[in-house]
Order: sequence, then C-alpha cells, then structure tokens
Amino acid sequence: MTWLLLTVMVVATALSDLLQSYEMKRSGAQSVGARGIARLLLMIVERRYLLLSIACLAFSFFAFMALLQSAPLSFAVPASAASFILETVAAKLLLKEEIGPRRAAGAALVLCGIALLGK
Amino acid sequence: MPQSAKTYSLLALFLALRAFGNLSLAWGTKHLTETLSSHPLAYLRSLAHPFVAIGVVMLVVALLVRLALLSVADLSFILPMTAVGYVLAALLGRFFLHELVTPWRWAAVALIFAGAALVSSTPQSTTGSAQGAK
Repeated sequence: MTWLLLTVMVVATALSDLLQSYEMKRSGAQSVGARGIARLLLMIVERRYLLLSIACLAFSFFAFMALLQSAPLSFAVPASAASFILETVAAKLLLKEEIGPRRAAGAALVLCGIALLGK
Repeated sequence: MPQSAKTYSLLALFLALRAFGNLSLAWGTKHLTETLSSHPLAYLRSLAHPFVAIGVVMLVVALLVRLALLSVADLSFILPMTAVGYVLAALLGRFFLHELVTPWRWAAVALIFAGAALVSSTPQSTTGSAQGAK
C-alpha cells in the first residue's frame, strides 16, 4: 500500500509539473506584477492543461495525506523526492530539455536514496 | 547576492511552516479513526481534526511565503535550500513522532538531500523557448 500511494503521488506530481511547464512555455513568458497575477488567474481558467495540472497537484496531495497516515514522516517526505527522477526522465524525453551532468548526477543520487529508503 | 536578512528570515519561515505543517498533518492523520484512502469523503471529514486542519493551513501559508520569497530571491537560490526539508522531516519524525530512523534511512535521507540540491541547482533554461528567462 505504501509503495502504491507513493507511486500515485510521484506520478501525479510529475504529471502536474510537466503539464504546467508544457502549457506555460507554449503561452510564452509571463510578467508577475499585480496585473500579471490577474492575467495568470484568467489564463489558468482558459488553459485546459493548467486546470488538469492543478487537478493532478490536488490528487498528489491527497495521496501524500494518505501516505502520511500509514507511513512514517521520515519516510514519506524524503520519498516524495522520487518525483525528481521521473521529472528528469520526462523532461528529457517529452519536453526535449537538455539534461546536464549535474542534473543527471542529482537524479541518480536521489534514486540511490529512494532504493536505500526501502531497506 | 541574496544576503539580506529578509530573504533568510522568509526562507526560515517557509522551511519551518512546511516542516511543521507536514508534522501536524502526520500527527493528525495518524489519529483519525478511518483510513483516508478508503473513501474520498474521508478527506473532507479529516479536516474536522484540528491537527489535520492546522497542517493544511500551515502548508497553504508556506506556499504564500514561498511566493513572497520568490519575489526577493532567485529560484536557483531557493530550490536547493528547500532540499533541507527532507532532512527536517526525518528529524521531526525522529524526535516528535518517535519514529525509528535506522542508519540506513539517515544515509538515504542524506543521499536524497544531496541529489535534490544538485538537481535543483542546474541552469533554468536549456531549450531556448523560454523568452523571459534572463
């Protein structure tokens, strides 16, 4: 159950970030002034991917709550870093981002840590 | 350079709010009588538990503080710093919830902290499509 909840949380987090990144890049750079925030809110309603991304975020938070209920805090929070691994892979394959050696090394370290958490 | 006292106090506030928000949420959900994942409505009912409600409020405020933090400091400064949260969670679990944190788990937390800090300190834009990135 623990690993299932963790998987749901991590996949939902990664999906949310991917959708957000994809949609925001597509709509170009945004300014973040007072008017910028209002325009951002309007955009969230207009853009379907952004709404979907927020739904994913909510889903991931619910999974996190259920995980906190059944697993130790010292497991649940560090394990949530698994989203870095998934996001790095997805950023490379789906968003065609360039993954530098630092980022690859970081994701590999997180992967080792997650594997060790399971011990 | 983000050296100002305001930046560091906001950063400390953000880290504390998120860590203690998670702690409150963990404490609250562990004292619920029903299993959260069993029913969607269980989540709504769980908000009646004071520690769950306080935890959720603290996490929401943490998000707002993070927004304020982003207005005075660079994301590339904030992201690696927030990796400290993984270590804080292990410490709070150990000392407040009396969780058994084995040496293996401490090692795992250290690896995750290092990895997360490294991942988040990479350049912001490599695709060239983010026109606004300076």
